[in-house]
Amino acid sequence: MKPSRVAITEKAIKIVQKLQEQYGDLIFHQSGGCCDGSSPMIFEKGDMYLDDSDVLLGNIAGVNYYMNQDQYEYWKHTHLTIDITEGRGSSFSLEIPLGLRFIIHSRLLTDEEMTLFNK
Amino acid sequence: MSYTKPKFKEKYGNFINGKFVAPVDGKYFDNTSPVDNTLIAQYPRSQKADVDLAIEAANAAKESWGNTSATERAQLLNKVADIIEANLEEFAVVETCDNGKPIRETLNADIPLSIDHWRYFAGVIRAEEGSATELDANTLSMNIKEPLGVVGQIIPWNFPLLMLSWKLPPALAAGNCVVLKPAEQTPSSATLLMEKIADVFPPGVVNVVHGFGPEAGKPLASSPGVNKVAFTGETTTGQLIMQYASKNLNPVTMELGGKSPNIFFNSVMDEDDAFLDKAIEGAVLFAFNQGEVCTCPSRLLVQEDIYDAFVERIIERTKAIVQTNPYDTSCMVGAQASNDQYEKILSYIAIGKEEGAKVLTGGAACTLDGEFANGFYIQPTILEGHNKMRVFQEEIFGPVVCLTKFKDEAEALEIANDTLYGLGAGVWTRDAHQLYQIPRAIKAGRVWVNCYHAYPAHAPFGGYKKSGFGRENHLMMMNYYRQTKNMLISYDKNKLGFF
Repeated sequence: MKPSRVAITEKAIKIVQKLQEQYGDLIFHQSGGCCDGSSPMIFEKGDMYLDDSDVLLGNIAGVNYYMNQDQYEYWKHTHLTIDITEGRGSSFSLEIPLGLRFIIHSRLLTDEEMTLFNK
Repeated sequence: MSYTKPKFKEKYGNFINGKFVAPVDGKYFDNTSPVDNTLIAQYPRSQKADVDLAIEAANAAKESWGNTSATERAQLLNKVADIIEANLEEFAVVETCDNGKPIRETLNADIPLSIDHWRYFAGVIRAEEGSATELDANTLSMNIKEPLGVVGQIIPWNFPLLMLSWKLPPALAAGNCVVLKPAEQTPSSATLLMEKIADVFPPGVVNVVHGFGPEAGKPLASSPGVNKVAFTGETTTGQLIMQYASKNLNPVTMELGGKSPNIFFNSVMDEDDAFLDKAIEGAVLFAFNQGEVCTCPSRLLVQEDIYDAFVERIIERTKAIVQTNPYDTSCMVGAQASNDQYEKILSYIAIGKEEGAKVLTGGAACTLDGEFANGFYIQPTILEGHNKMRVFQEEIFGPVVCLTKFKDEAEALEIANDTLYGLGAGVWTRDAHQLYQIPRAIKAGRVWVNCYHAYPAHAPFGGYKKSGFGRENHLMMMNYYRQTKNMLISYDKNKLGFF
């Protein structure tokens, strides 16, 4: 399997697929700041304006995962796994009406991954 | 003393045009209490059609409301304050039930502060004036403040009534009509307030629409029927709201959180006195409101020569925190507001440990007994590490503080400013020079000096850097809800002479 900075659990894939059926093409964007910050947000592709200041971390379940460059500088030594949990976020993320919320689990990149991704 | 879970109706409506109405397509969502994970009531799962009804009502009311006198508006704002005050305990219990915070906080902080914000803006508009300048002997420039019209406000779940009371009174005082969307985790106190003040304002002046961000928040933020959007939340939604507002060329105010440093210089331990006791409490304020505060002092910076002794006192004070039934006045730290918040905090503690942070106390969930066993409780946690760790850089929004040491002023400032955010900061010292110079060098909108977590209505609050822009509270907030009409009057009878 191709090495990636970002992965997704089987449970979360099912929810992504459900949202894809409803909305079509999607993107993930990693939020920061308070309240629902530090959580992944999922939007219809094209809803959020993206440019060179957004780093593409990878593609999971057919969905590109972006993070703002300056936030990425503080995150780049970690690997993210997107999971889904019960809950009620308060952002514009599309899974919220399902009573579910995407969350991230993180681990440190291995030395090998660090060399590969951050050289 | 202990209170009990309040009684609620089975379901509630949106408050539009002066009355409670059911959502257009009849859909509701279940709102639960994080205290024990039980149902509170059903609230409208509003869609664009509901939001549009509210915006329509607000637009219909804006002309006459915008033309009311400051005297009249002030009287109504004071009336709201009196009503909340007369029902203080009821509001406090509802807030604890919906948000999970301890009753001693809602009784002594959330609700009394909310009341004061209504009174502050009632007072402000009686005292302030426009301006007039004689530009030359025959020319007068007159500045009249006019309301924007209709304001959309999207508020967070960490201080539901207080955040409402930060946003509604200045907008109303300035002569605007408002459509407010409470957070979907905490719709109860806004609804209770609308029940109590249903007849205070003319229909359409205040409207409250419940629902989810993508379904109700987005149509509110993107509507051409509003003239301004004010938002408190996180960065990605902030960017989206700015995008939507840009389509209408609407101004926005953004309060997007932080990762606030709380800096303790060695002089705090010069004496073992009342001030040291205050400083120790100041460090432990990271656990206030379960850490669910945009300005949570979640990075604790302690000078190296007092580090061991000071940290020992902080650990001791943190361990003394009582976690119990949030309805009991002895409870100091209550439940996190929702399950996903609870999971997120535990996930952060896990990555902190993996990055090498040392758990000095806490570091796990807290399980309460009996009916509270299903609530979302986390132990107040101190993680010792360094500022490059993810836990030092992201707002965990839990009772988790990240502790590190610094050598001198330069290093303290370097660490304090090494963050994407700039909302709050704390500086603790007995040194007269540091008292002024350090706060000036910190890039944050609010620096508490020898205190923390005070939010008086009369002091402006807002962020630098990615913490947002615009200010809340204080007289200056009025200008975020108004525009300036300049009347340039000539008293000269003579023509220019050009034509």
